[in-house]
Amino acid sequence: MLDTDAFDLRKYVANNTQTTAVWFALVGLIIFGLLRYDNFGSAYNITSFLNYNAMFIAISLGMCFVIMTGGIDLSVGSVAAFTSVIAAYLSPYGIEVALPGAVLAGVGFGAINGFCIIAMRIPPFIATLVTMLAAKGGALIISGAETIGVDWGSNFTKLGMEKAFGLLPWSITIVAALALVLWLVLEKTSLGRTVLAVGGGEDASTLMGLKVNRAKAFSYMLSGGCAGLAGVILASGFGAGQPLEGIGWELSAIAAVVVGGTLLTGGLGSIPATVAGALLLGLVFNILNFENGRGTISLSAYWQMVIRGGFLFAVILFQTRVTSSRPKVG
Amino acid sequence: MSAPTATSTTASKPVRSSALNWKAIRAHGGIIALIVLVAFNAAVTPNFLQMQTLFVNISQVATIAIVAMGMTLVIATGGIDLSVGAVMALAGALAPLLFLSPWGIEYPALGLVLAFSLPLVAAALCGLFNGMMVSILNVQPIIATLILFISGRGIAQVLTNGNLQTFKNPGFSYLGTGKILGLPFQGWLALVLAIVIYWIVTRTIFGRYLLATGGNEKAARLSGGPVRSVKIGAYVICAFLSGIAGMIVVAINSASDAARNGNLMELDAIAAAVVGGALLQGGRAPIFGAILGAVIIQLVKYTLLANGVEDEVALVAKAGIILLAVYVQQVRKE
Repeated sequence: MLDTDAFDLRKYVANNTQTTAVWFALVGLIIFGLLRYDNFGSAYNITSFLNYNAMFIAISLGMCFVIMTGGIDLSVGSVAAFTSVIAAYLSPYGIEVALPGAVLAGVGFGAINGFCIIAMRIPPFIATLVTMLAAKGGALIISGAETIGVDWGSNFTKLGMEKAFGLLPWSITIVAALALVLWLVLEKTSLGRTVLAVGGGEDASTLMGLKVNRAKAFSYMLSGGCAGLAGVILASGFGAGQPLEGIGWELSAIAAVVVGGTLLTGGLGSIPATVAGALLLGLVFNILNFENGRGTISLSAYWQMVIRGGFLFAVILFQTRVTSSRPKVG
Repeated sequence: MSAPTATSTTASKPVRSSALNWKAIRAHGGIIALIVLVAFNAAVTPNFLQMQTLFVNISQVATIAIVAMGMTLVIATGGIDLSVGAVMALAGALAPLLFLSPWGIEYPALGLVLAFSLPLVAAALCGLFNGMMVSILNVQPIIATLILFISGRGIAQVLTNGNLQTFKNPGFSYLGTGKILGLPFQGWLALVLAIVIYWIVTRTIFGRYLLATGGNEKAARLSGGPVRSVKIGAYVICAFLSGIAGMIVVAINSASDAARNGNLMELDAIAAAVVGGALLQGGRAPIFGAILGAVIIQLVKYTLLANGVEDEVALVAKAGIILLAVYVQQVRKE
């Protein structure tokens, strides 16, 4: 890549069209927001934006690993709802117990997914659709179909409502740390490289002696754990475990992963770009909220679902255009 | 296609001597499950062997069966359609909007005609969208149909502003409450649709290419098969049938609830198709199998409900059944 010129930006952009595009779009939207709305850059907006989107970044991270292996996880939304209830029940014991407890519950669902997909050889979307159903039913059973209030006396709500070192909300701090760790895992460990290899060609990876099943199991359990973390943030930030939450979250996560340049067929992906993708989708909603506030448009809450779908559609159109104009690799 | 044991339930058994071996049980799992369910209910569930029970179950199973037939066609191409429930909600929301609109009340006959036709056009357009995403843009079916899975219901809710639309319209309600020979109209409708689709699959060029596409897409394309249009056709038919089912649900309730209509139907439909013998890899379209699958799914639901099992537990039970059905199918294939 580096020949006579030290660094050719144009060449870099041409080779990484989509991962670069998401950053440009993100920066562009932020500048647009800053110029158009007075309170866009306010501490309150930034804090609540990051706090709310921490959940979506978390599930997008797990989804990114699953999609990189060539799979899909449709259960993340219901698992987050389930774990938010678990977290609410565990909240009297403090965040030290509630956080690991809920994350473990999420990992448990991920393990079920992994078992069904690897050992029973059920197609990923069926297995995770079934878990989606089971988690939804489970959440309603353990909560009695009601929201479960958290214990405000313990330190549980700190995670979703207070700032770490007075700077950023705890939720986003933890998620950012997780993103960093996962980035390192993907780029620097054999496990991460195996995840990408599996997505690139599962049979070839098996024949090369890579630990394919371990990589897949890790990805699904990670995705479950990330959904568990999102559930804790949900319960902590809103003060209640919410068994009916999570509808359409899988779509947001998939959109975030795809907009970040990860191929839906697996084998290619980027953690930072996925985070950027999640933030981009969040920003679209944030800006729509501001427009609603100004009265330029008036969108009911139901539009949210339509916009999520439209966003994913736009992203897919863009990705097909990019991937088809690029010379095929492999 | 590869395994000789994976023939449909109607095919003759190669080994007649040992009738009750595992292979036979797997090959005829659907029928066996049905017999077990009926026997169990006859013994345990109070008032099971009554005309009323049959009536209720037929009126409920019709929607699952109709959607499952469409799902079977999509699965036959090697695809999947997650948006069926959302398309039901959309079509179901549109129909009352049309005959409750001011001019729909002014011209009731025209309003009714439009209420029957426009929702189906909208549903077919959803199918066209799915089909084009899958066949022209080469998006994986799960992702392509996931868009409408979420947005379709969103559009239905935007159209109705999230309100429950209740109505009194005997003409429209006939779709869900009418009777022919003492049995629910929608049951007959499902039967007629099944015969038509069976004919399409077995007797038309479209049907042959449908199975060829699912069996081996590359081979079908190389031999000059219209793979793209066949795939689009499967999604359009599936969405069209979902639209019919959505309108039936609205007609049964005399009310349209965009949040609930067709909720989780994709699971019922996939389960019914798989239990009925559809292979998720494609290449098979057992239409009457889908109906058998729908009857089984409905009976399971009814059994749980009639014996006082809570809805939430029933959800988990259903999840287990789908898993088991797909697992048995995977084993059968090997």
